Amino acid sequence: MFAYITRRILYAIPILIGVNLITFLLFFVVNTPRDMAVTHLGDKYTTEEAIEQWIKSHGYDKPRFFDAEASGLKKITNTLIFTQTKNMFLLQFGTSDTGRDIGQDVKERMGPSLAVAIPALLFGLATNIFVALLLTFFRRSYLDLYGVSFCVALMSISSLFYIIIGQFLLGKIFRWVPISGYIGGWSAAKFVLLPVIVSVVAGVGSGARWYRTLLLEEVNKDYIRTARAKGLSSMQVLFKHALKNAMIPILTGVVVVIPTLFMGSLLLESFFSIPGLGSYTIDAIRSQDFAIVRSMVYLGAVLYIVGLILTDISYTLVDPRVRLQ
Amino acid sequence: MPFKLVFLWTDILFWLLMLMLVTVTVMPKPRHIKQAWTYVWQSKLAMATVVIVMFYLLMTMLDSIHFQRQVEGTYRSDVESVLDVFLAPLDQNVETSYSAPFASRSFVAEAVELPNDGVVYETTPLNYVQQFPEDEPDAKIWDILYKTVVGLMLGLSLSLVLCIAMAYFLRIPILKPSRPNTTQWRTMFITFVVIFTLFAVMYYLSRFYHILGTDKVGQDVFYQTLKSIRTGVLIGTLTTMVLLPFAMVLGTFAGYFRGWIDDVIQYIYTTLSSIPNVLLIVASVLVLEVVISKHPDIFNNIALRADMRLLALCIILGVTSWTSLCRLLRAETLKLREQDYVQASIALGTSNVKLIGRHIVPNLMHIVFITVALDFSSLVLAEAVLAYIGVGVDPTTFSWGNMINVARLELAREPVVWWSLTAAFVFMFTLVLAANLFADVVQKAFDPRARQLA
Repeated sequence: MFAYITRRILYAIPILIGVNLITFLLFFVVNTPRDMAVTHLGDKYTTEEAIEQWIKSHGYDKPRFFDAEASGLKKITNTLIFTQTKNMFLLQFGTSDTGRDIGQDVKERMGPSLAVAIPALLFGLATNIFVALLLTFFRRSYLDLYGVSFCVALMSISSLFYIIIGQFLLGKIFRWVPISGYIGGWSAAKFVLLPVIVSVVAGVGSGARWYRTLLLEEVNKDYIRTARAKGLSSMQVLFKHALKNAMIPILTGVVVVIPTLFMGSLLLESFFSIPGLGSYTIDAIRSQDFAIVRSMVYLGAVLYIVGLILTDISYTLVDPRVRLQ
Repeated sequence: MPFKLVFLWTDILFWLLMLMLVTVTVMPKPRHIKQAWTYVWQSKLAMATVVIVMFYLLMTMLDSIHFQRQVEGTYRSDVESVLDVFLAPLDQNVETSYSAPFASRSFVAEAVELPNDGVVYETTPLNYVQQFPEDEPDAKIWDILYKTVVGLMLGLSLSLVLCIAMAYFLRIPILKPSRPNTTQWRTMFITFVVIFTLFAVMYYLSRFYHILGTDKVGQDVFYQTLKSIRTGVLIGTLTTMVLLPFAMVLGTFAGYFRGWIDDVIQYIYTTLSSIPNVLLIVASVLVLEVVISKHPDIFNNIALRADMRLLALCIILGVTSWTSLCRLLRAETLKLREQDYVQASIALGTSNVKLIGRHIVPNLMHIVFITVALDFSSLVLAEAVLAYIGVGVDPTTFSWGNMINVARLELAREPVVWWSLTAAFVFMFTLVLAANLFADVVQKAFDPRARQLA
């Protein structure tokens, strides 16, 4: 187990280097630091010195791949690609275009992101499992048919509409909750309520349908028939046997997204003005702040890889048949 | 000639794709694939949804033939499509601002100067819509009803004639209900008549009214949402066209050759898929924007620039999303490679290329069909989200994403401007739902395990 995890973590390093290479190609080769400076300072009214100054202040003035003038190892280490990759690996994201420390911003904004993402995940999971159980219990009935059709219809609606309609109905017409905004502490609850509801409703279509397939796969297996033949009620079989086994793929599917919860949701956070990492990213995209976008891409990749490792570990915990080698 | 054809890149690719679709349809197919498609055509749901998707495809086709009009010896700079001509004069901004569906006066009060130097704020009569005398409040309703009936009659008779002619020449029995386990022609024809008539009514009414209202600059919303169809369909189809070669070549190579080729390909797709998809798309589009702004001389024409941006978005979406299909194809190829007939073929010395072409790829097609069908709807939905984030198609391009993005700000108005949002919602929902339901049937047809679970 320990050896396996070590190996997985070591295997993550070349992948992270690859991720860095891709972002480096996008942000420093296709789009040179000079372009960034020009975009940032404005096209026409900028002088040569201002551009030089901007590039220097961001530390982008080194050679990109190879420094011919330096000696020894410095030929490689004194380059943009090396320093940028090193900084990312040490989680030193540098400063944004507005001069703020990105690492500090990320730390501050994780809290609000989690305040929305965790309840959304938990309530979403509970709702999806509940609906899926209901559909499976009444399988091959009209309830199942219409339920699944309704799920497909829910899946076909753009997530933007859920947010817009949720804000419009609950926020504007009924005035139950504030339309958007955020304050820290426990009073955040009333601001978090609407995004959580929207996220649960938006996810129930695809989620419940997917879990229903998992449950049905279990229900069709031989051990369920045996249990029924032994005289257990269909209720008992569904909850005790089928659900337990279907929980393996459900839980491992959830584990993979747990680390990415830190990143928050781009849409929800920006619509509801929640100062999390999602809205941070959206703001950076709109103001073309490449340093932030690059940091977020890297952070997202790290968290995703952590999620994959956690998934493998959780398999061994919930399913004794799986052994890691 | 009074006009000159303009070939935009996306037009060419879309027609190429249609050509491929026709070729694939008429090409002889292996028996198991033929059987699966037979299963699809025997489903009423599939037949009904395929008609709806075809309607959207037809709109895209009409909107993908572009030309420039000649006026007084010179070609006009703006590019029009056949759909614009079909919907004219709605392609012009006929009004000045918002108006509600079927309204005959503007929605917002405007300043009107009185002859005696005073100014009053009142709603103004619309240019496009016929005005009715104010003492007859029912006159407009009767007029709408009358025109609805006329449109209904026209659409119904025309579509029935088309149906009967087609059934007669192809010898398809449509008068008696199709038996189960045969191709469900009747459902297809009924859906066709319904869709055609519905569109005929809307089209006929749109000659006299703004049936879905007008937007902020006075453009007809019905026109906008019909123009948006092209963007949605192109993103759904062209992206798959970009994604398929990547996924198929890399997937089969990794699974077939194994060894270091497999390692390299696996490394590439693991790296790409570990970056959150949205962020990768965003990063690519941001970089693209800088490239476009750096070369203003290449992209000088507005239509050309918008078109290049749409194409670039399709390419970016394709390049960032081939990984999941590639993974599936690799796993399936690994399995197929160990089959006896493949091993026998290897032993007989068949060349690798021939073997992949003859034994591997045909047996992967079911996965490809399922993925293409499933991806289409999610891509149409993704367009709207990308438009909101600010990395979607060009703001001058008509798209549901852009419509929603502009309209959502108007919900704060009192009274609410709801029609743009509703129009985009209805047209988008219909396409995505039809595509989703069709994809379900395709999945059941090609994956026997999915058929059991239904």
